[in-house]
Amino acid sequence: MVTALKGKDILGLEEVEPEEIQLILDTAESMKEVSERDIKKVPTLRGKTIINLFYEPSTRTRTSFEIAGKRLSADVVNISTSASSVVKGETLKDTGRNLMAMKPDLLVIRHSAVGAPRILADALPIPVINAGDGAHEHPTQALLDLFSIRERKKTLNGLKVAIVGDITHSRVARSNIHGMTKMGMEVRVAGPATLLPRLVERLGVAVFTDLDRAIEGVDVIMMLRIQLERQEQSLFPSLREYSRLFGLNLRRLEGAKKDLLIMHPGPMNRGVEISPEVADGPYSIILDQVTNGVAIRMAILFLLLGGVSTGA
Amino acid sequence: MCPKEGMARMNQKEVAEILDGQGVERTLTRIAHEIVEKNKGAGNLVLIGIRSRGVHLARRLASRLKEIEGIEIPVGALDITLYRDDIGEEGFQATVRKTDIPFPVAGKAVILVDDVLYTGRTIRAALDAIIDLGRPRLIQLAVLIDRGHRELPIRADYVGKNIPTSRSEEVQVMLEEEDGKNGVMIFKG
Repeated sequence: MVTALKGKDILGLEEVEPEEIQLILDTAESMKEVSERDIKKVPTLRGKTIINLFYEPSTRTRTSFEIAGKRLSADVVNISTSASSVVKGETLKDTGRNLMAMKPDLLVIRHSAVGAPRILADALPIPVINAGDGAHEHPTQALLDLFSIRERKKTLNGLKVAIVGDITHSRVARSNIHGMTKMGMEVRVAGPATLLPRLVERLGVAVFTDLDRAIEGVDVIMMLRIQLERQEQSLFPSLREYSRLFGLNLRRLEGAKKDLLIMHPGPMNRGVEISPEVADGPYSIILDQVTNGVAIRMAILFLLLGGVSTGA
Repeated sequence: MCPKEGMARMNQKEVAEILDGQGVERTLTRIAHEIVEKNKGAGNLVLIGIRSRGVHLARRLASRLKEIEGIEIPVGALDITLYRDDIGEEGFQATVRKTDIPFPVAGKAVILVDDVLYTGRTIRAALDAIIDLGRPRLIQLAVLIDRGHRELPIRADYVGKNIPTSRSEEVQVMLEEEDGKNGVMIFKG
């Protein structure tokens, strides 16, 4: 059993081993308990400085990282670049170097360019966590999704999951596909053909353009947010048609397993990809995902800053 | 017991048995009686074991206290990994297990239970952890083995056995719940 993460960073689930995922999930269980106390604090990362460098807007993820750091007694600094020198044209590497001069212990970065976290991770000696890079990966989201499923189902191996929506533009989908296949889950992706990446089956997933067939017999359905911009890019004709063909509603769930789980990374377009009755219904674990996000991020901060890397 | 010591003993030679299974049982019975005597009964008492072997010892003490005083004593499990003073250092192992203390500690007489008392750093971490959960009326410490070499001003209220050791030795408490048998061994380096 592995007791430390292999690398100094978490940039994506593509390069993470199943044992490391297991370690993160197990550690998150203990972290979740801290969030249930009256005093939601442990002194573990006291004196450590964590910088959240968000080049793209975010409320959920950034707040989650901030709370996670603070519950471990770390000092957390949030930088949203719209209000920073990046607006004046500072390069990513320069921003990184300037921040390093203030001696932070860990950097969390969200950026619209794929690979931006890796550039910083290679350039800086401190751990870097990818909070989302373009359409590439969002590893902490996938980890909290895996944790949320495991919490209900006790085991991940052999579970059938359908990820539905704009797979092409979804870093959440990509990270989940990597993570879920590594943990032995059977993954299906479903969406309009215009929003399914070419050769996606090479990631080890089954591909569907019919939602009803895709969700037949599954244990978990993960709905992705459809973005209005994609309609403007002519990738689907109208929200109404998208909703009719790929929206999840109660009628579609008539034959579903009793212990089906419905997930969504948020924010939801109620009435578009997911109906309000489903979003607020008995299968939904959407709010659990948010709670678990804090526990997972606490676990990752602890493992990167506390555990000794085996350097493999 | 320190996780660091764990695997090292496999490579060490001479082994001596300090306590056998029966010795462990008798010692726990004696400690249970001492707890009752010192606290004038078992009222308002709670047991908190330090993961992982302290938890098994706490449960065994709870069942003895029930036999002696007829009261059900709540038992909690405490993981101190998040309170350690060596996080991020060489040799630190990041295995966190869940703390499970399903009762309030405020106002209670807490008996903290661990298998081996050595440098005292684990107990220091445990005290910080418990006090974060509430303000106990008092905290007392029960250990099966005290092997000396304190690095902090910490002492136990109840000691199963005092074993003078050298730093190169390892003390291993084995309990049926975890190791399949009961006993205390000393491994000479």
